[in-house]
Amino acid sequence: MKIAFSINNKDVSVDILDGNTPLLWVIRDILDLKGTKFGCGKAACGACTLHVNDVAVRSCSYAVKFAEGKNITTIEGLGNAENPHPVQQAWIEEVVPQCGYCQPGFIMATAALLKENNKPTDEDIDKNIINICRCATYYRMRKAIHRAAELTRETKI
Amino acid sequence: MKKLKILYLIPLLLLGGILLASNYSNKKSDYISLKEKTIHPPKNKDNFDKMMDVLTHPRCMNCHPSDNIPKQGIESHPHYFGMEGGKNDQGFEATKCMTCHQTENNNYSGVPGAPHWGLAPQSMAWKGLTRQEIAAVMLNKETNGGKNHEEIIKHLTEDDLVLWAWNPGVNAAGIKREKPPVSQEEFKEVVEAWFADGAIIPEK
Repeated sequence: MKIAFSINNKDVSVDILDGNTPLLWVIRDILDLKGTKFGCGKAACGACTLHVNDVAVRSCSYAVKFAEGKNITTIEGLGNAENPHPVQQAWIEEVVPQCGYCQPGFIMATAALLKENNKPTDEDIDKNIINICRCATYYRMRKAIHRAAELTRETKI
Repeated sequence: MKKLKILYLIPLLLLGGILLASNYSNKKSDYISLKEKTIHPPKNKDNFDKMMDVLTHPRCMNCHPSDNIPKQGIESHPHYFGMEGGKNDQGFEATKCMTCHQTENNNYSGVPGAPHWGLAPQSMAWKGLTRQEIAAVMLNKETNGGKNHEEIIKHLTEDDLVLWAWNPGVNAAGIKREKPPVSQEEFKEVVEAWFADGAIIPEK
């Protein structure tokens, strides 16, 4: 079956045997975008988080057939080295990553949060950013999320 | 000669005894049947009980909590990751129900899914209520979202999220989730029958 969608503002069409294949594997193995990571495969750790129509989604548990006609954004589409997204900028400033494996998922979850709430409290962060980091970089991430919120507000002003 | 007559009488007495016993056992069986009828609740109570067997099953109750925290599993533990219904019963601002739950079950990850997955509104919180109280909340237009009887029947028997209870998929370990104790077809029958009988809530 053919499934057409937009990924990082680029229209793509994939030909796939099983529409229930997780979107994660289509993105990594067919579209060759390796920024989105496989963690648990159970929608529990959040390493595979990306945006579907601006909503944070766990792509390991999202059948590719549901992507038909949708706008998908991955970490590669969020920003780049020359023009980083405020969350990426804040991550750099606060030197958040340790091993780095789970960070794309955290960054995508944070970007989704800031779209809805550009001044999140610690409680908002606790409720919304529930990904798992085995290096336990949570303290630096919290600082970076507050910094990213500042940058987002400044950008909007 | 007398001895011989007695010998003839013995089988006759035995035969008579058997006939009497069988007659008695028939009467006894009628008697039990009548007794069962009096013990069994009236038909509409039976319909009510079967309907409530489903509505109080974890497949339904887990999403009708009284603390705005969805529950998981047959033992109804609080949803992992600190998830809550949030302000609109759809989770938090960025981490919503649909972050993980899609419109159908995902048998690879074990994440359940159905259309408009989310918590029931707080006015329909059932946890901690008796069966009679649940029925009263369900029938009350002020708590049920303004639904009349026809709309409640439609919700109970046709809504995809309600019907998910009979297609609950597998959990994260790949084990099939338990279904409610009444089949979907029988549930539809008893719901329609209970409403047809006037939706009377029986006493405890």
